[in-house]
Amino acid sequence: MTELQVNGETVAVDADGETPLLTVLRDELGLVGSRFGCGQGLCGACVVRLGDAVVPACDTPLWQAEGQPVTTVEGLARDGVPHPVQQALINSQAAQCGYCVSGIVVAAAALLEREPDADADRVAEALDRHLCRCGAQRRIVAAVLAARGSA
Amino acid sequence: MTLPPHVVANPRLGTWLHVADGVLHVQVGKVELGQGILTALQQLAADALGVPVGDVRMVAAHTTHGPDQGVTAGSLSVLQSGPALRHLGGVVRALAGPVDEGYVARVAALDPATDLTAVTPAPPLPARAVGCDVPRADLPDKVLGRPRYLTDLRPDGLLHGRVLRPPRPGARLASVSDWVPGLVRDGSFVGVVADREADADRALESLRRACTWEGGSALPDEDHLPDWLRAGEHEVVEVLDEGAGAPTHAASYSKPFLVHASIAPSAGMARWDDAAAGPLLRVWSHSQAVHALRDALATTLGLTAEQVEVQHVEHAGCYGHNAADDAALDAALLARAHPGRPVLVRWSRGDELTWAPLSPAMTATLGATVEGGRITSWSHETWSLGHSARPGYRGAPGLLAGAHLADPVPLPPSTDPPAAAGHGSMRNGVPTYDVGTRRVVGRRKVDSPLRTSAMRALGAYLNVFAIESFLDELALEAGADPLDFRLAHLADERARHVLREAARLGGWGEALPEGHGRGLGFARYKDRGAYCAVVAQVEAEADVRVRRLTVVADVGLAVAPEGARNQLEGGAVQATSWTVRERVRFDRTRITSDDWESYPILRFAETPEVAAHLVGTDAPSVGAGEAAQGPTAAAIANAVHDALGVRVRDLPLDAAAVVRAIEST
Ligand code: FES
Ligand code: FES
Repeated sequence: MTELQVNGETVAVDADGETPLLTVLRDELGLVGSRFGCGQGLCGACVVRLGDAVVPACDTPLWQAEGQPVTTVEGLARDGVPHPVQQALINSQAAQCGYCVSGIVVAAAALLEREPDADADRVAEALDRHLCRCGAQRRIVAAVLAARGSA
Repeated sequence: MTLPPHVVANPRLGTWLHVADGVLHVQVGKVELGQGILTALQQLAADALGVPVGDVRMVAAHTTHGPDQGVTAGSLSVLQSGPALRHLGGVVRALAGPVDEGYVARVAALDPATDLTAVTPAPPLPARAVGCDVPRADLPDKVLGRPRYLTDLRPDGLLHGRVLRPPRPGARLASVSDWVPGLVRDGSFVGVVADREADADRALESLRRACTWEGGSALPDEDHLPDWLRAGEHEVVEVLDEGAGAPTHAASYSKPFLVHASIAPSAGMARWDDAAAGPLLRVWSHSQAVHALRDALATTLGLTAEQVEVQHVEHAGCYGHNAADDAALDAALLARAHPGRPVLVRWSRGDELTWAPLSPAMTATLGATVEGGRITSWSHETWSLGHSARPGYRGAPGLLAGAHLADPVPLPPSTDPPAAAGHGSMRNGVPTYDVGTRRVVGRRKVDSPLRTSAMRALGAYLNVFAIESFLDELALEAGADPLDFRLAHLADERARHVLREAARLGGWGEALPEGHGRGLGFARYKDRGAYCAVVAQVEAEADVRVRRLTVVADVGLAVAPEGARNQLEGGAVQATSWTVRERVRFDRTRITSDDWESYPILRFAETPEVAAHLVGTDAPSVGAGEAAQGPTAAAIANAVHDALGVRVRDLPLDAAAVVRAIEST
């Protein structure tokens, strides 16, 4: 049994320590908001917050997540209110299929926490490990900038 | 009254509309691919029915319950569904009376068997939602991380499935040791199932070690694709033969194989139930054409169409005929071995990049006679592989695993949509310009070891890249400004307007810093769709960086203007990625670009600023998703020439291509 802290709750997981955190989240815990894109740490669709770091959950074995708080896209809302980055994305239709977005909002929320005044270049740099095939990158950057004051 | 074809094909009221919980549920056969189409159709339906958008809910396509509207492709969804929904709304209002408090209840009481073709519709109401920006209905779930995509389905009793593809095209399974847990085999099709996803992944690794394979097809030389395309047997696609004079100028252009590279690998879910009356197969798929998929599954599995039900479920962005249908058959084959339990199959990233149908490599040779600064004759010859291998397209199911079964159902050679559907290889082969006598012909290579099919814009991407690059070459040769040269050969007012607007908004003629260049590209998609002009600004030194794209389009009346701009922007950015980064890599035995490192796509920091503008007209609505690809490619190549004075005619336009072009001048 491995104990995890996910989105503020402690949960026990019965899985091999080498199981990718993403598989544990999606299949064992039913938190399907973190999406599978490549399973190789190369696309960012599965990115979660682990302690202070932003990591691809597909490339993080379960044992590594033990003892550190995990925040997934589902854990970004406060009291049912979407995170400002999420709200800004919805308001400005800053997505097409949205499949890349879960990991992006986790990373962008972490960025704004560290650097509340990040400019467009910083945002693009912070999101550079995230792939978006629909071509919504510029809209996403603009939405993250719009969320700055309120994040 | 002329009846919309999709109403004639689906005349039953209940196929399109039902009322539940006081909400009008509208079901269409078009599917949400990430392009926002269901929101645009919701706007159309709301106006047609005379109610606010919020009173209409769109229901996903379903082969048993909903209309058959063919494939969701070709930027035709609004064009085909608009008249059908307007007719539906008109009939409903004619039968249910005025839109007042009791309206929805009276709609609910209408007989679902009502024949929509037998009732004269009430006259249309003025547009309220159409032309406005309505929030996308699907986005909140996607942005908030709620279950929404196919792989988020978690029905009771779910099994996870994985399929092991052959190590190279054409290989056959020689042997598999039977100690693999959850093994399912039929000929060279092998897969595993498990209750838990982690176990399915582990079983797949065991399976990989347990299999030996033999044989395989030889692949072409990736560095000489134009020669390979021109060799061998071809089917001729005659487009225009007005005779063409002796050319004073000629040039050849090419593109490599590309891949859809959706951010999610394809997936499918299926449940097989044995009953006294025979098996029933239920499938959940992100296919572009659920009815065609149903028929293809039935043929492959020896079932009747009535025994198969396919429901559409959203997944990551779809840009053409990807592996969605293939994954549905994978799921069905695994489910058949485990009756009574739903099986969810998800492809790997590697399989998605190497086994999904590819966008074909193409090459084209253009020739023109220029006399006194005017083009007086034109020739255009394209060599390509087919751009469609969709399920059912040549009367064959065309599903990948079918070819691997013990009793195989082979994949048909890829073909092209007919001229009436806007061609495939020859899409946009005829320039919109006045170029005198024209000779336009396509040559579709018949045999290919690599499976190719439709990806956004089909042949228009290469044909427009070639035409618009060639026009710039002719303009510069004639000492003319590329914009003026185009306008001098262009009578169509809508075309002239988008070109002039793009030039104005894109800063045409304004000074640029050293090392920067500006270029123009234009086309009317499929000769009957959206007009689109693009101005690209690039910075080119060691590498090509696209800095800014200005996209101007005339899509007729835009049902959802922000959605249309989003599609144009996304199309232009994706085309930038195709143009400057992408190329499917292979050796003589297999595709080697099987991850995001070997098949890089445009990243955030490389993404140009992009601004899309719609020039308003009230012409019939046409799609926006495929209008920008060809013009963007040409605008980038023309901008690189403006910056460096070198002409790159073979894509991708990456650093290596620039170096080659510099060396050859
Ligand atoms: S799925 Fe984790 S980085 Fe791609
Ligand atoms: S919105 Fe589709 S991948 Fe980013």
